Amino acid sequence: MTIDMAQFHQVFFDESFEGLDIMESGLLEMDPGSADPEQINSIFRAAHSIKGGSGTFGFTNIADFTHVMETLLDEMRDGRRQVTTEAVNVLLASVDVLREMLTATSEDAEVDPERVKAQKAELDRILAGETAAAEVAEPDNAEEAPATNKQTGWHITFRPHSHMMRTGNDPLRLVRELQGLGELTVEVDVESLPPLSEYEPEDSYLSWDLHLMGDVSKEQIDDIFDWVEDDCDLLIDPICPAQKAPPVASEITSKPEPKAEIKSVPAPTERRVGTDRRASGQKGSAKKTASSGGTSSIRVDISKIDVLINMVGELVITQSMLGMLGDEFDISQIERLREGLAQLERHTREMQESVMQIRMLPISFTFSRFPRLVHDLSTKMGKQIELKMTGETTEVDKTVIEKIGDPLVHLVRNSLDHGIEMPEDRVAAGKPETGTVELNAYHRGGNIIIEIKDDGKGLDKDRLLDKAIERGLVPPDAMLGDQQIYELIFTAGFSTAEEVSDVSGRGVGMDVVRRNINELGGNIEIHSEAGVGSSFIIRLPLTLAILDGQTVSVGSETYIVPLVSIIESIQVKENMVNMLAGKGETFKLREEYLPIVRLHEVLGVKDAKAKELNEGLLVVVEGEGRRCGLFVDDLLGQQQVVIKSLEANYRKISGLSGATILGDGSVALILDIPGLIRMAGNVSVAFNQAPRKSA
Amino acid sequence: MAEPQVAELKNLQNEGLADEQNAQYLTFELADEDYGVDILRVQEIRGWDVVTRVPNTPSYVKGVLNLRGAIVPIFDLRERFDLSSQEYTKDTVVIVLRVNGETGRRIMGIIVDAVSDVLNANSSGLANAPDFGSRVATEFIAGLVSAGDKMVMLLDVDKLLGQDQESEQELTAAK
Repeated sequence: MTIDMAQFHQVFFDESFEGLDIMESGLLEMDPGSADPEQINSIFRAAHSIKGGSGTFGFTNIADFTHVMETLLDEMRDGRRQVTTEAVNVLLASVDVLREMLTATSEDAEVDPERVKAQKAELDRILAGETAAAEVAEPDNAEEAPATNKQTGWHITFRPHSHMMRTGNDPLRLVRELQGLGELTVEVDVESLPPLSEYEPEDSYLSWDLHLMGDVSKEQIDDIFDWVEDDCDLLIDPICPAQKAPPVASEITSKPEPKAEIKSVPAPTERRVGTDRRASGQKGSAKKTASSGGTSSIRVDISKIDVLINMVGELVITQSMLGMLGDEFDISQIERLREGLAQLERHTREMQESVMQIRMLPISFTFSRFPRLVHDLSTKMGKQIELKMTGETTEVDKTVIEKIGDPLVHLVRNSLDHGIEMPEDRVAAGKPETGTVELNAYHRGGNIIIEIKDDGKGLDKDRLLDKAIERGLVPPDAMLGDQQIYELIFTAGFSTAEEVSDVSGRGVGMDVVRRNINELGGNIEIHSEAGVGSSFIIRLPLTLAILDGQTVSVGSETYIVPLVSIIESIQVKENMVNMLAGKGETFKLREEYLPIVRLHEVLGVKDAKAKELNEGLLVVVEGEGRRCGLFVDDLLGQQQVVIKSLEANYRKISGLSGATILGDGSVALILDIPGLIRMAGNVSVAFNQAPRKSA
Repeated sequence: MAEPQVAELKNLQNEGLADEQNAQYLTFELADEDYGVDILRVQEIRGWDVVTRVPNTPSYVKGVLNLRGAIVPIFDLRERFDLSSQEYTKDTVVIVLRVNGETGRRIMGIIVDAVSDVLNANSSGLANAPDFGSRVATEFIAGLVSAGDKMVMLLDVDKLLGQDQESEQELTAAK
């Protein structure tokens, strides 16, 4: 019977991409010369699982490639090789190639074999570079190895750890399989066999010295021991006719033992500790919630599910309590009914919150790519930049994670390219040579705030203004406030960079950044001080599925205004209102003149109660940096609403961002504030339709 | 097991009117004229209910309705065809249809005067709509079929409701 392996592919890819991330971040943190063995270990483990997995699923090209990486890492781990910057860079590049291979495989696409080959050669070069003296019986670059070695067989020292049989592996079976490969001589070492009184039947006490003669490749032997290599000490040495005794050990399994023979008794125990730690390490990483890439699956922390199950239990209890109450209800029980309903409400709300929690992932999924980005770019630009990240565990909706990545990359690149100065300029300006870029994420009042802060030269207001005037974006005599000048960088096609680099300066981007953030229901603010640095503050809603809304009434219709965009609500007096050119109504709010948008006009509501400004209310809203006063009949209340798409069955409608279902089952429309403000500019067009009958 | 069935069903729907030997149509009345839609496209029939008006849409879009959690637009077919409009009565019904648009399947409702019958039509009995030039829009009429002494106009749901969106989008873009 065969099992359809394809069903596990997705899991393999998910895990592999996770492994790649671990490898990448580990490599970036590694200090050449003095690497932390535990760190190399974790990188090695990630490579090892990718190799194992790809081997299992038959993705041999990936397995082969990873194997070479693994060999290099293994040597680093054993201390047989210095961790050099060059080696780390080659490994980083290899991670990229491996990522490409995995992506291609997951999409059933072809990998560019040349690129893979080139990278593999690079790895081989590093491998050969320093161990050229030691004859490495490395299977992948082993073409020449057998030639020099001329081995006639293999000497295998196989020493299972005592728990091996408990993992379901039977040494006997392995020996039998070896027998199938060639002529096998077996010597059993019974030295560690305890007295019968202490004998544990499930433990394995024996070890074997095996001589396998014949034309057998190392890979064949490796395959047999593949499943147990973590649970045993294994040495495989070629036997050459010239020297009967094994030559300098070329040890290929993952054991950190550069010497040929196993001499010391304590060594195995030590290794076992290592293995156990590995097991627990894997458990730890498995608990982390899943990758953010293009996959549509999501891995959820089991504790979140447990909370949810508890909640459902509570809900069922409340429901049955209410059910019983309803069976024989008389008015004297009204108090209990109220209690029950209050309980129901509480449970429903809690449940809603915990369901939302399931979609939440730590923002580290987005942040994790930045160390690499900063590392690569700063090297390329010859700048010294330190990246500080805080709040990586802040949880954000999965959709936000997916969509915020590119805008953040753009902002960070900008900070690196335009913000941070060259080291000599920094010194000249009396600043430390190394620039800092800070990435910060935290919750504040129902929002996620992401800050990108640099201590570079800051935005040059005069340059921005000059450039804008030059491009005719702003009239030459315009008086703009600081904030308005900074806003200019969000204009499409606007760039002050004198030279277009491949990093930035083409003037596309910032407008896209803002659009993406707006699409997520968030906004972006800029603070900057010349010579001190600038910071970009992105404010995003916690979730895209639910929104805090203010219900407003216009005539008989109800609309929802997103609470985030509301600044305040005021009642206007005649004397606050001015006309611009006899048409545009504006009102003065604390030294600022804001346009009035009459919602019933923009939305074509026929039966608006408030026609005069003093009859209704003005809701002051802000969108895309512009403010205005929305004129409505009345405010109804605040509530959380579940956002439903209008596009799903119809189409996008300007001025609306979606719809929701109110408590009474009717549909209310959610206003798109930036869109409305834009629309208000050409009200006459927006409301140019045939009168409609009310049903 | 389930998938082939679905595929079959889809096929059945996609093949549309031409290939089918015996298709069934739900017929309804609209200003004393008889129309029909492929019965496999009908999701449900419901009474007229108050809808939420959507601003800045053509007048024949009456609004949106909450259909078990989905927001479904409702079109007035009389207004869509420029027929004289009428007060909605207790006979006024909404036929909820599945429409294959460019961006996937959508659910939409049409308001009609009354639902009449289910009509079995043989493909041989189908006639093409005569060409009126630009005077009468016939692109969403899939064919004509006679039922007794009446003529029933069979509507191509996708063209009627799917195309409508394109033109509207163009309209919005033009603005």
